[in-house]
Amino acid sequence: MADLGALFLRAVFVENMPLTYFLGLCTFLALSRRTETAFGLGVAVIAVMGVTVPANQLIYSAMLAPGAWAWIGMPDLDLSYLALLTFIGVVAASVQLLEMVLERYLPRVQASFGAFLPLLTIHCAILGGSLFMVERRYDLAEAAVYGLGSGAGFALAVVMLGAIRTRLAYADLPAGLRGLGIAFVLAGMMSLGFSSFAQMAAP
Amino acid sequence: MAATEGLWNTLTAPLIRQNPVTLQILGICSALAVTTSLDTALTMSISLTVVVVLAAGVISAIGRHIPASIRLIVQIIIIASMVIVIDQALQAWFFELSQRLSVFVSLIATNCIVLGRTESFSRSNPPLPSMVDALGSGLGYSLVLVAIGSCRELFGSGTLLGLQVFPLADQGGWFTPLSLMLLAPSAFFLLGGLVWAIRSLWPEQAEASEFPAHDLGEER
Repeated sequence: MADLGALFLRAVFVENMPLTYFLGLCTFLALSRRTETAFGLGVAVIAVMGVTVPANQLIYSAMLAPGAWAWIGMPDLDLSYLALLTFIGVVAASVQLLEMVLERYLPRVQASFGAFLPLLTIHCAILGGSLFMVERRYDLAEAAVYGLGSGAGFALAVVMLGAIRTRLAYADLPAGLRGLGIAFVLAGMMSLGFSSFAQMAAP
Repeated sequence: MAATEGLWNTLTAPLIRQNPVTLQILGICSALAVTTSLDTALTMSISLTVVVVLAAGVISAIGRHIPASIRLIVQIIIIASMVIVIDQALQAWFFELSQRLSVFVSLIATNCIVLGRTESFSRSNPPLPSMVDALGSGLGYSLVLVAIGSCRELFGSGTLLGLQVFPLADQGGWFTPLSLMLLAPSAFFLLGGLVWAIRSLWPEQAEASEFPAHDLGEER
């Protein structure tokens, strides 16, 4: 139990997706102009990662991992090179499914977060979460916790950046630094802050 | 003659004036993570350029036959198949390098540059201009990666491509490595600075100051 808690905290703070691994930066920078849009994006990422990482773990361990087909007499079959294609398919399908479920049962949520869902099909953080899950050999429970944690880490970072950028709206920046430039500098400073969490993490 | 000139423009426009990374905010996801040293940055640039050129060629060749409703999925699958080929090739011939690149080669599949080019240009243009256009975008991306990669490796460990350029202080030289350069924040600062420099030299790229006049989808 304690291990899972530690894994969650690590995924949120120490291994923060946008600030430490640079994943999902496209949406991280493009949609963080306002806090509300940033919040919507964050919630959508948590939902999709919480679903896709454990789903991909199941599929990978049952069908793609080396030796997964040993029970029908093919112990040497190694399909792990298909992982990337499968993961993209699973992410695209879950995004579509989530969109349909929201539309049917929670139309108000759909109205506020729905616009971000199609973007998440090619979101690096979501695919990256599944690929890291394979690389680090998480089991199902760990994968679920890791997915939720990384999603929460992304949401935290994007909401914070959105809040800072809103505050800076009326600041008198040099013309060349406006927009993208200052966003990078802010992200760098936040990344400095987050790297101090690495010191706190128990090895 | 005019056709060649058009192709030349398609090729050179994305290098600085329309650079996919610094102007269109595309594909930064992988651009920063692999730039701690020059050799990983170079590998990543070459892999991405190969993928984007091949994908653009294939998609523009069969683009007319893909039904519009499933075209995104088809494009993603074509791109992902090429990424798998590149990834397997790297693992076969450059195993140590592919270990250091970790998941980032696979993440070319979700790189916005590739999908952006195939979606906006290749689908409605013949193969040759599409491939030239893709090559230009790939080179623009490579330019940024190589610039940041060499900067980080040079100041972070005093080497370039593994060769010692600055003599280190603990080996009797004068250079003390800035270990910040090897950590995540420096990549953000360097890219921010690069964007600032480019936008100061070409002021028409700077963003308007009104807030929040931008619509959401406008920049993507």
